Amino acid sequence: MNFDLTDERQMLQDGLRRLLRDSYTADAQKIIAESDTGYSPKIWDSLAEMGLIGALFTEKQGGFAGAGFDLALVHEEMGRVGAVDPLIDTAVLGGGLIAACGNDAQKALVEEVIAGTAHLALAHGEPTSRFDLSHVQTSATRNNDGYVLDGRKAVVVNAPNADHLIVSARTAGDVADRDGISLFLVPTATKGITLRSYPVVGGGLAAEVTLDQGQVDTGALLGPEGAAFDALATAHARATLAICAEALGLMEAIRDLTIDYLKTRKQFGVPIGKFQVLQHRMADVALEIEQARSAVINLAGHVDAVPQVRDVHVSATKNLIGTVARQVVEESIQMHGGIGLTAEYELGHFVKRLTMVDHRFGDTMYHLERFIALAVA
Amino acid sequence: MDLNYTPEQRAFRDEVNGFLKAELPTRLSDKVRQGKSLTKQDHEEWHAIVNQRGWLASNWPVEFGGTGWDAVQRHIFEDELTRAYAPRIVPFGLAMLGPVLQKFGSREQQDYYLPRILNGDDWWCQGYSEPGAGSDLASLRTSAVRDGDHYIVNGQKTWTTLGQHANMMFCLVRTSKEGKPQEGISFLLIDMTTPGIEVRPIVLIDGGAEVNEVFFDNVKVPLANRVGEENKGWTYAKYLLTHERTNIAGVGFANAGLANLKRIAQAEQSGGRPLIENPHFAARIARVEIDLMAMSTTNLRVISQAAAGQAPGPESSMLKIKGTVIRQEINAMARTAVGPYAMPFASEGLEEGSNLEPVGPDYAAPVTGQYLNNRKLSIYGGSNEIQRAIISKAILEL
Ligand SMILES: Cc1cc2nc3c(=O)[nH]c(=O)nc-3n(C[C@H](O)[C@H](O)[C@H](O)COP(=O)(O)OP(=O)(O)OC[C@H]3O[C@@H](n4cnc5c(N)ncnc54)[C@H](O)[C@@H]3O)c2cc1C
Repeated sequence: MNFDLTDERQMLQDGLRRLLRDSYTADAQKIIAESDTGYSPKIWDSLAEMGLIGALFTEKQGGFAGAGFDLALVHEEMGRVGAVDPLIDTAVLGGGLIAACGNDAQKALVEEVIAGTAHLALAHGEPTSRFDLSHVQTSATRNNDGYVLDGRKAVVVNAPNADHLIVSARTAGDVADRDGISLFLVPTATKGITLRSYPVVGGGLAAEVTLDQGQVDTGALLGPEGAAFDALATAHARATLAICAEALGLMEAIRDLTIDYLKTRKQFGVPIGKFQVLQHRMADVALEIEQARSAVINLAGHVDAVPQVRDVHVSATKNLIGTVARQVVEESIQMHGGIGLTAEYELGHFVKRLTMVDHRFGDTMYHLERFIALAVA
Repeated sequence: MDLNYTPEQRAFRDEVNGFLKAELPTRLSDKVRQGKSLTKQDHEEWHAIVNQRGWLASNWPVEFGGTGWDAVQRHIFEDELTRAYAPRIVPFGLAMLGPVLQKFGSREQQDYYLPRILNGDDWWCQGYSEPGAGSDLASLRTSAVRDGDHYIVNGQKTWTTLGQHANMMFCLVRTSKEGKPQEGISFLLIDMTTPGIEVRPIVLIDGGAEVNEVFFDNVKVPLANRVGEENKGWTYAKYLLTHERTNIAGVGFANAGLANLKRIAQAEQSGGRPLIENPHFAARIARVEIDLMAMSTTNLRVISQAAAGQAPGPESSMLKIKGTVIRQEINAMARTAVGPYAMPFASEGLEEGSNLEPVGPDYAAPVTGQYLNNRKLSIYGGSNEIQRAIISKAILEL
């Protein structure tokens, strides 16, 4: 047993931590939040330049790492600074799916992703699908020119920045069937595809995507027709690991801010950290964050396992992270008092971002139920 | 023991209901139900309607133009208003300042200010908290120094709710540094248009601007604007705090929130059926509803005691804690209920005059903002930690 980072990962972590610390000052956060893209293209370029995006892909895929522990390491660091870069969408989901299912022509996009020059988004969830991975109503109908896409995709994170979308659509079967789902890699500018863009709480952009007679050629098909479910599940497992690791980083940042505040804020002539009730609550927060860390390690170690094993860990970790995230958000605001509710103070950004973690890739309740189905019942 | 309202109380409830049906503009109740921000004009419009009926000062005695209602009637009134999604009655002038002026104000102050509160001539804000004086309010430092027939006020207040609308502030200031900090505080009525006052908005994490910082730079306040005696302001402020306790549990808000949550959970689908049929989610709703049912009765017990003339004990602190925890849990569940549609940042769409269609279902737009914003419930009005300290002091006889 060894919980230390390898030398390579240690170097990656050191380099990344330095870069992010210099890039994400409190002011940068504001600039980024107010930019058109919801992230800073300058920071994105510097992340690509230091090889960060490549760390999310295996050598075979054109990267240099790509294991669960690499994903976790990178996203934890991103979380620690409250980074808003669309790494999960462009790289883990988008790049990951193309690397796993794409033909040679399509795989050229992975290189661009790693180089930082292309952005992607996965248009999978629909207005009523909630977190149900097999719920796909959007249809892909064959015609002489390829396929026609029709349907609606909901809260497609990073779609407004994406050059290409990966659209899931049904080529066979019923709404909730696992079989019959196909993926299409299509330019966002395709005729018949319209986006309604909006900012997301905690940073980044998303869009409601309407597909109305969107004509794509057969070359757009990503992977075999009707058999995309497993690839989607794998991509979601990896994205869940990434967002859980990011949540861990956010929690650490929040913990540090709160500890600092307890030491410096004075009421009744003493630092509020002298009040035992706050001491105990801070202790609970700290111990739950250690639980969160272990949960992320568990998932990182099993994300590439067979689906039956992997998914038990996906659900255990996402459930635990969701529960702890809520506690960390609510306790940190409470212990700060009024200042914890202001947009200007750093904590605001971190708690918003951490709150949103429970609204992607399955929430606490969804994963509780899935864990029951996989491991308890 | 009888859990039912008396026939008189029921008749009163029906009367309130009839009034709401006839007089509450749908435009306003729609806004409240949809979680949209209310403008100053919205509040003023509603106050005028209620005042027309003679019910605006529900906690004032008749001699000052109030209703003279007992605690049970006030409760019924507030409860019906919340259920009907009426805008809340803005508390600063009516619930907070009014009783203080009635008890401690001069005859001139009563004659001048009380009718102006009823008629909506003044919008009051509460100037207690300062950057360095939150829970430890008595450590406040904004100073008022006598200069002839005026005080000269210097310092800063913060968290001033709706101060951007206010033309008047009731304010705690330091008039003496001798003795205990509580003994050097005075209660001033300050005209916000006096030169030297600057109001700056504080944006909260939901994107809304409901609170402000207020800066005082050599602001002249007539001595006549002091309520009661110099250095006795703490007593008046505490009187105000014990009297702003009738609706402390927020039962009406919790009921409205729960109804809204159930509506969302009916409309949302989970695994091919309404979310409300999901046993895990239904169990969470049930737990909070069970808690709320018991709290409503605790609330009525305290109200009955108050109506019988007993001073509230630590029960009001218990209600504050329970009430806020229940409301916050309802907000958290609403966020869970809308799933991914909690993510769109909707602040803009909730502003007056916005034509933006909501991104997801209309009920989804306000939930994240409300969840974040309502963390304030356990912070202001005496944080839940301070309330627990009050309870433990009382029961452990510390
Ligand atoms: C949205 C909002 C609106 C408000 N509106 C108004 C207004 O209109 N007018 C006005 O005057 N004020 C207003 N307030 C201020 C409010 O009353 C204060 O926020 C509150 O008193 C807490 O003070 P603080 O924020 O400085 O937190 P602090 O007092 O610094 O508290 C920080 C933390 O320490 C804890 N703590 C403090 N002392 C103790 C103790 N002795 N034992 C254990 N724990 C302790 C607190 O519970 C909290 O968790 C508003 C606040 C908010 C958030």
